[in-house]
Amino acid sequence: MGNENLVKDVVKEPYKYGFVTDIETEKIEKGLNEDIIKLISQKKEEPKFLLDFRLKAFKKWQRMSEPDWAGLGYKKIDYQDIIYYSAPKQKDKISSLDEVDPKLLETFDKLGIPLTEQKKLTNVAVDAVFDSVSIATTFREELAEHGVIFCSISEAVKNHPDLIEKYLGTVVPASDNYFAALNSAVFSDGSFVYIPKGVTCPMDLSSYFRINSGDSGQFERTLIIAEESSSVSYLEGCTAPMFDTNTLHAAVVELIALDDASIKYSTVQNWYAGDEEGIGGIFNFVTKRGKCLGKRSKISWSQVETGSAITWKYPSCLLLGEESVGEFYSVALTNNLQQADTGTKMIHIGPKTKSTIISKGISAGNSKNSYRGLVKMGTKATGSRNYSQCDSMLIGDQASANTFPYIKSQQPNSEIEHEASTCRISEDQLFYLQSRGIEFEEAVSMMVSGFCRDVFNQLPMEFAAEADKLLALKLEGSVG
Amino acid sequence: MQSKMKESDPILEVENLSASTDNLPILKGVSLTVYPGEIHAIMGRNGCGKSTLSKIIAGDPSYNITKGDIKFLGENINSLEPEERSQSGIFLGFQYPIEIPGVSNLEFLRVSTNARRKFLNKEELDTFDFEELVKEKLEIVKMDHAFLSRSVNQGFSGGEKKRNEILQMALLEPKIAILDETDSGLDIDALRIVASGIKKISNAQTGIILITHYQRLLDEIKPNYVHVMSNGQIIKTGESDLALELDKKGYEWTDNFIKET
Repeated sequence: MGNENLVKDVVKEPYKYGFVTDIETEKIEKGLNEDIIKLISQKKEEPKFLLDFRLKAFKKWQRMSEPDWAGLGYKKIDYQDIIYYSAPKQKDKISSLDEVDPKLLETFDKLGIPLTEQKKLTNVAVDAVFDSVSIATTFREELAEHGVIFCSISEAVKNHPDLIEKYLGTVVPASDNYFAALNSAVFSDGSFVYIPKGVTCPMDLSSYFRINSGDSGQFERTLIIAEESSSVSYLEGCTAPMFDTNTLHAAVVELIALDDASIKYSTVQNWYAGDEEGIGGIFNFVTKRGKCLGKRSKISWSQVETGSAITWKYPSCLLLGEESVGEFYSVALTNNLQQADTGTKMIHIGPKTKSTIISKGISAGNSKNSYRGLVKMGTKATGSRNYSQCDSMLIGDQASANTFPYIKSQQPNSEIEHEASTCRISEDQLFYLQSRGIEFEEAVSMMVSGFCRDVFNQLPMEFAAEADKLLALKLEGSVG
Repeated sequence: MQSKMKESDPILEVENLSASTDNLPILKGVSLTVYPGEIHAIMGRNGCGKSTLSKIIAGDPSYNITKGDIKFLGENINSLEPEERSQSGIFLGFQYPIEIPGVSNLEFLRVSTNARRKFLNKEELDTFDFEELVKEKLEIVKMDHAFLSRSVNQGFSGGEKKRNEILQMALLEPKIAILDETDSGLDIDALRIVASGIKKISNAQTGIILITHYQRLLDEIKPNYVHVMSNGQIIKTGESDLALELDKKGYEWTDNFIKET
């Protein structure tokens, strides 16, 4: 019927952020060995404990093998064919934004993340990361007045080595998995956040990750520490140019929440997804985990995943503190030949812990979209509760959706609830909306955002609007 | 059959229309003309093609027109998209209104109303102005404001769904409204509300086609013409007394008409 072709046309919106910034970069040679790791550490003038951390991780990584349990199909990655450090050439020490290469500022301007004093976003502090390094962080002085530390992780290593040594690798140990080990060995930059006791962070904090070069990987590392009774909302955005080769992105994010602290971490991921034939695109292998260490602490992940050729990502919560709370709200949209395997792990360790999982997967084109999640109730997690809801929406008849919920309970006095559903946008629904004067594409995006509403409601305001628009753009031409 | 001289141009002309779905012929040469101010009733057994006719006029892509034309205000609309037909003033009240989970009724009604207003070169309404307009229209169908914050038709009772259809008709102010079994599944009170709503919305410039099985709706809204459909054709047209006769004698009585034509 006529509509079927139309549906296929709706997801073809060209990628808006596919440009390359022409800038002189400092790259080290390709390949991975101990000398490369020493070189990265030396370039960043790191203390010895960090070099040791890296080398130990590298040794572990060498003994590990790439995971294949997600059943993702991709050509084997040649880890010796990747550049592990690439940075735009700048003056050695930049004391203000005026000294940043205008081309870099222009790049972030184009991405809708203006950094300069006059144009910077109000009420959101931004850390802009370009390839392997952080370019600038806005609103630092204002935040410092409240005792909030927000800077690149490289700076944190220099200025707050005690915090780094105390917390780095305590949530995601280097040996956790193959990609986390790789990241621990070669991570170049990322963001660092420290919220002191009793402080509610006065504005949202945000990192924007931009991959620019085609042959280097991005391995950023983010560490957020929320002290007792503090709270912070953190946003993360990502884009990359269009290359016909695949670029590896293997990040690690660690969150730590102490007594009564709360961290809200939101992501809108829009890495380049490759073209219709599946050529190019980012391989996004990310380990994100939060530790609710304190009593009544809370960590909430919300993510909108629309980009990347492959997404392999399970933002998780370790619920140690009594009455701590973990949340995971996710929308993953795949199109063409994209593959997404995403979900969460909620590990209930402490008593009376609570977790909520709401996952919405939308697959269009020939894409593959899976939810994979684990809910575990440990022996001490008495009186703990979990609620999971995993819904999938199929667009067209070539896409696939899977749900893999794993449940392990060692505590009889706990509750686990799981609901799942799959739906397809029906011709009847489309005709109904159209017969009320609503254009075909608008009808589809209305239904898609209706489907995602539970999750969008969890996103910070500006992000929710952006996510809604992004989904509509991605779906343009894919539905019919 | 409509021999009376008309002063104005017809709103809708269906000319010798044949249509099929999945190569199965459903309509076999239907002709029907509706002038401003007229109310037509179409009756007939289930499966005779009544609903198909209404969906084809609204532009449902699951049917193919194999012969004939549909003209709206003198223009051939055979190839117009359903949204274009709605924007230009054709309204179909669904027999089974569709549920759209997650999409708020208020937002749906607003987007829909604005699409029609845009076509009419009227200013599009923001949420606040629209709330004002919709409040006034809710009165017509005696619906509670709470309906607006729910998802489109989701969890609505049969009667609520039908009233929501009439609410949409009231907002869109169509030139022609085709109401497909809007009366079925309604209790007497709900039927009165729906019927009085239809009467309030229609005027001397609008045309109405009521598809129904029951005389009780036609008691409330007296049609100018009654058409009886059977096997994809209109086999008899008369005035409102035809419906009364049909109510008494049943569809079996009409089986003989097929032989006559």
